[in-house]
Amino acid sequence: MKKITLSLFALLLCASWLARAELTIEITQGMDGAVPVAIVPFGTAGGVPPQDVAAIVSADLARSGRFAPVPVQNLVGRPVETSQVRFQDWRTLGVDNLVIGKVEPVGGGQYRVQFRLFDVYRGRQITGYSLPAPADRLRYIAHRVSDLIYEALTGQPGAFATRIAYVISESANGKKTYELQLADSDGHNPQTLLSSPQPLMSPAWSPDGAKLAYVSFEKKRAGVFIQDIASGKREELSAFAGINGAPAWSPDGRYLAVTLSRDGNPEIYSMRLSDRALKRLTNGPSIDTEPVWSPDGRSIVFTSDRGGSPQLYRIPAQGGRPERLTFEGNYNASADFSPDGKTLALVHGANGKYRIATQDLDSGRLHVLSDGSLDESPSFAPNGSMIIYATESGRRGVLAAVSSDGRFRQRFSLQQGNVREPVWSPFEKRK
Amino acid sequence: MKVVLKLIMVLALLWLAGCSSTGGSKSDGVAVEDRSDSGAAVTDATTTGVDGYGNLTIESLSDPNSPLAQRVIYFAFDSSEVAEQDRPLIEAHAAFLAANPTVKVTLEGHTDERGSREYNIGLGDRRAQAIRRMLEFQGVSPNQITVVSYGEEKPAVDGHDESAWSMNRRVELVYAGH
Repeated sequence: MKKITLSLFALLLCASWLARAELTIEITQGMDGAVPVAIVPFGTAGGVPPQDVAAIVSADLARSGRFAPVPVQNLVGRPVETSQVRFQDWRTLGVDNLVIGKVEPVGGGQYRVQFRLFDVYRGRQITGYSLPAPADRLRYIAHRVSDLIYEALTGQPGAFATRIAYVISESANGKKTYELQLADSDGHNPQTLLSSPQPLMSPAWSPDGAKLAYVSFEKKRAGVFIQDIASGKREELSAFAGINGAPAWSPDGRYLAVTLSRDGNPEIYSMRLSDRALKRLTNGPSIDTEPVWSPDGRSIVFTSDRGGSPQLYRIPAQGGRPERLTFEGNYNASADFSPDGKTLALVHGANGKYRIATQDLDSGRLHVLSDGSLDESPSFAPNGSMIIYATESGRRGVLAAVSSDGRFRQRFSLQQGNVREPVWSPFEKRK
Repeated sequence: MKVVLKLIMVLALLWLAGCSSTGGSKSDGVAVEDRSDSGAAVTDATTTGVDGYGNLTIESLSDPNSPLAQRVIYFAFDSSEVAEQDRPLIEAHAAFLAANPTVKVTLEGHTDERGSREYNIGLGDRRAQAIRRMLEFQGVSPNQITVVSYGEEKPAVDGHDESAWSMNRRVELVYAGH
């Protein structure tokens, strides 16, 4: 019964899968040495499709910081088929790579997207694909095209066909509204998963990308919820006295690490999701919170002030003796693992400024990446190329992303309201 | 006998609360009640003896001259230490709650916006727990108290400087309906 009322409640709250103002992206620090690439508008014989696939691909590649697509007006031809490509012309333009393609309706509201990627200097095709696409999935398929091109050129999978979850707060007529939203990685298609007059916090993706865990204060106390993204159904997993916070999924999806203060002090627990059995992993008078699992599932990194100031520590996932990881500066918190498990992104506080940094786990070397003063909530893209985080611009909360080497930066802003706590989704399961 | 002793303690605390608060005045611009009358209210309590409990009813919460009218305690950066000047205030609430065991209070812990959000939830909790322990030490039953930490999620004042931050590092004592 409780479950039924909860999901009903969720349905009511989700009744507004509102189309929201989109996040607009602005590149704030370009990258020297971005590779010039020509992306020719795709052929659309048979009817103009609802999305301009080549324009989406071009924007994706520019957003990666690693490529500099040639403006459409500077292109030296509009080939659609291989036979129409004159490599000599493209060599003159100084581009290394060329993308051509077409989008054709195949009936029943379906399209087929075909593209080819060429090495201009060798005059050879590098790769080519044909992808089926329902009309309402064309944008997603365009991001898949970007992923395939990115992977062919860099050797690293692209992360364009992914999503970000984040929290928005807005004030109107003295009333605050908090929303948990999802958008494509380029800020398009924002959807509201949950809206509440009380704070929402700490969204965390399940490893399969199908669910989000988060903290909601909708009952005037903290509760950890898990919500199925497609259906909107949700469950409250943790409603103990005090803190129910900082949910983090184990890589196998079977456990959720949480922070609870039910014993009088914030401690980290792992909850087995099958039966909600709790295992306490930390013990002491300090604040222990913000657990994250290493990608191999063997250890958990968390924030603790046991040494006097907040610093990052690591324990075995089944509990054990904590090992301190950070030593530079008086504030290091809110860790996220890079997908290869070799690097942590974190909030680094020094001289009153809070910035995003990475720390190499082998060498312990810290590298500050952002330049704000109240930056927080770093989250790696699933391919490790970028870190998205929350910052401030014009006294409002906005999102920003920085390449993991710090050379390239961009900002995601909304027309109004504060955006924060971005979390990048895992790679989508290919259907 | 025990009851009488307890009563004397409570009244003594109230008297202390009244006395010390007349002198102390916070300079942070918080809306503070006019404390000059609080001594009179306390005098009433002492003179009515055993019936003094009658004066510590839920109505005291609505009395702007009562020491109970101030329900916000402020903290230093990254600290959960209760300032000496705030102790009489907490003692007054403790006396009231101990004398009215059916009254429940929620301690809402808050922080400023600096640092990570979940760590701030921890810090807000630590601040509220510090007040909880003081209340319980003075005879308030644990089941009268609920602790909720909102961290930096519900600032009292919007702003990105110390004047806003100092107002946001706080514990609010919330009595349902008051």
